[in-house]
Amino acid sequence: MSGLPVPQHILSPRSVMAEIMNRSGPVQRDSAWAVPLVVVATGLFYVVAYLFVADEFPFDVGRDIGYRLDVWLDWLKDNLGPLFQAIKDVIVWFLISLEDMMLWFTWPASIAAIALVSWLLVSTRMALFSASSLLLLATFGLWESTVETMALIIVTVTLSIMIAVPLGVWASQSDRLDAVLRPMLDAMQTMPSFVYLVPAIAFFSLGNTPAVLATLIYAVPPAVRLTNLGIRQLPAETLEAADSFGMTRRQMLLKVKIPLAIPTIMAGVNQTTLMALSMVVIASLVGAGGLGLDVNRALGRIEPGNGFLAGLGIVFVAIIIDRITQALTKKQQDALGSE
Amino acid sequence: MSDADGQPALRIRGLYKVFGDADREGLELSRSGQSKDEVQEATGAVVGLRDINIEIAQGELFVVMGLSGCGKSTLVRCINRLIEPSAGEVWIDDREITEMSDDELRETRRRELAMVFQHFGLMPHRTVMDNVALPLEIGGVARRERRERAANALELVGLREWIASMPNQLSGGMKQRVGLARGLAMETPILLMDEPFSALDPVIRRDLQDELLALQSSVQKTIVFITHDLNEAVRVGDRIAIMRDGEIVQLGAPNDVVLNPADAFVREFTQDVRLHGMVTAASIMDTSPEAMTGPTDERYVVREDAVLDELVPAGLSATQPLQVVDGAGELVGVIPLQRLARAMVSDEAAAAIAAE
Repeated sequence: MSGLPVPQHILSPRSVMAEIMNRSGPVQRDSAWAVPLVVVATGLFYVVAYLFVADEFPFDVGRDIGYRLDVWLDWLKDNLGPLFQAIKDVIVWFLISLEDMMLWFTWPASIAAIALVSWLLVSTRMALFSASSLLLLATFGLWESTVETMALIIVTVTLSIMIAVPLGVWASQSDRLDAVLRPMLDAMQTMPSFVYLVPAIAFFSLGNTPAVLATLIYAVPPAVRLTNLGIRQLPAETLEAADSFGMTRRQMLLKVKIPLAIPTIMAGVNQTTLMALSMVVIASLVGAGGLGLDVNRALGRIEPGNGFLAGLGIVFVAIIIDRITQALTKKQQDALGSE
Repeated sequence: MSDADGQPALRIRGLYKVFGDADREGLELSRSGQSKDEVQEATGAVVGLRDINIEIAQGELFVVMGLSGCGKSTLVRCINRLIEPSAGEVWIDDREITEMSDDELRETRRRELAMVFQHFGLMPHRTVMDNVALPLEIGGVARRERRERAANALELVGLREWIASMPNQLSGGMKQRVGLARGLAMETPILLMDEPFSALDPVIRRDLQDELLALQSSVQKTIVFITHDLNEAVRVGDRIAIMRDGEIVQLGAPNDVVLNPADAFVREFTQDVRLHGMVTAASIMDTSPEAMTGPTDERYVVREDAVLDELVPAGLSATQPLQVVDGAGELVGVIPLQRLARAMVSDEAAAAIAAE
């Protein structure tokens, strides 16, 4: 570990990097249908508006439409209230349980436990890094914030994976779903994440829940993409051999495709983790606590020193979570990597 | 070459495969007798296989040989329908594979058609044992039995102690042994081998050929063996089919193909084969009654299946024609020394004598 290790992508074949870089443009070649859709919708809108609504040209109806969207969202909120409440309850329950567990452990015990996990799964060096970096944060008085951020990340990433991996697997099996999904994923990732905060607050009010959900929208796309890609790019020879044994589609998926795609899927998990971390500060705007809130507070009070310490905390947490999640499938990745 | 009831294990009748968007039109043109190039010119479709008719007997090791792109790999894949034929029939015993539903096909692949691949097709995330057992797992064999069968198959190919290794820890030759063990463990009557040894070094390749022959003499499977190497074909095959442009240009026993090439194309291949190991006393002897005279002399008697290399020592000390006897010791022909000398000069000369 030379200097501060930056979370790395365990595997970076060109295709995977290209897939990650795919975020660079909002409209991809594969999203071709989105272009005519926007053009046609605009045309239709103008025709309808010209005939029935406005008498002046061009029309200033943006505010009006925005207002109507708000009314619609209000209607959703009023009518699906119990659903949103249930979602909120579940997320909050997970968050609180995780935090309480780590806080109840007290910081020396928690640090020891994390260092032990690092040692068992990763390496002695990683264990030393985990222990000393967390100890440093505790010394800075940032322990509670660190715990809250860790809980937030763990819950968000877990939820993201639960959504993204099945969706990615499904997309790998259906070209149609893939074609529909791509532009949506592009849009989800390209849309400034602030935009998601607004409806999230509307539905879930201030707190950790809207932060988790806004982060979710932002963090799911790379994992969907990489899962999809990982399964689609498997070597034809291996799949042909599997086919020759008389496998069903399901057996092929469960016994061959998903296990072989693990390294790429894990690159997606890694991306998701990093994106979730990058949302930590933004999420504090809607009431999420933790290190992000510390950064936010430092911003308000113009205390660059404190802001830097909290930022460093986020980096440490990122490294620890990244290394541990990557190590979970290390054996698998080793077997596949050198093939 | 066939078993008691004479039923071939595998029958291929009128098999066509045409690739491309215009495959239907291409198929029609190909059927009407147009060549591969003509069809491609007219429709853009590529004829992979054209009117293939083969019967393969139970226990036969049938080799399909040709250059890359000749359609040999397509042919073997049409047997288990990894590639869907465009027209024609493939029969296994008295069931038609080309008519089977997806379920029946899967069942047939599991129970009757094992396949070994050029690039092994091992699953890198599974141990050697779990790779060999995978097809059995798919076939619903109980865990204990499949591990036992996998272990036995690995024993057969000499990899018993590598059971717990991962594929990336093995050399190329060992990987293909695993591939072979996987095919054997399935205990299917038919084994399809698509250039199984082509990716290996010559020495390893020879070892594996020997092992295959040794195994075959005990398991007696029906094997369809694809290769681009005529030496290999001649070494392992009971019969050889030579393919070009999706068609079979010659089909026969190895020495038949080598000594009597059907056309210039086949002859070009056969030039590279070492004939000394192929030319037998029987193939160069003179069987005319007037030649079979003179007193027999034990020193100069050779068996009809003796190869040229074995004839040379006898020929060097002989003062009269070598006398060729069959298995029962009956005189079946003679080899005049002049003729023997000519055969030894060059492979071409030997082939010419054989063809006389």
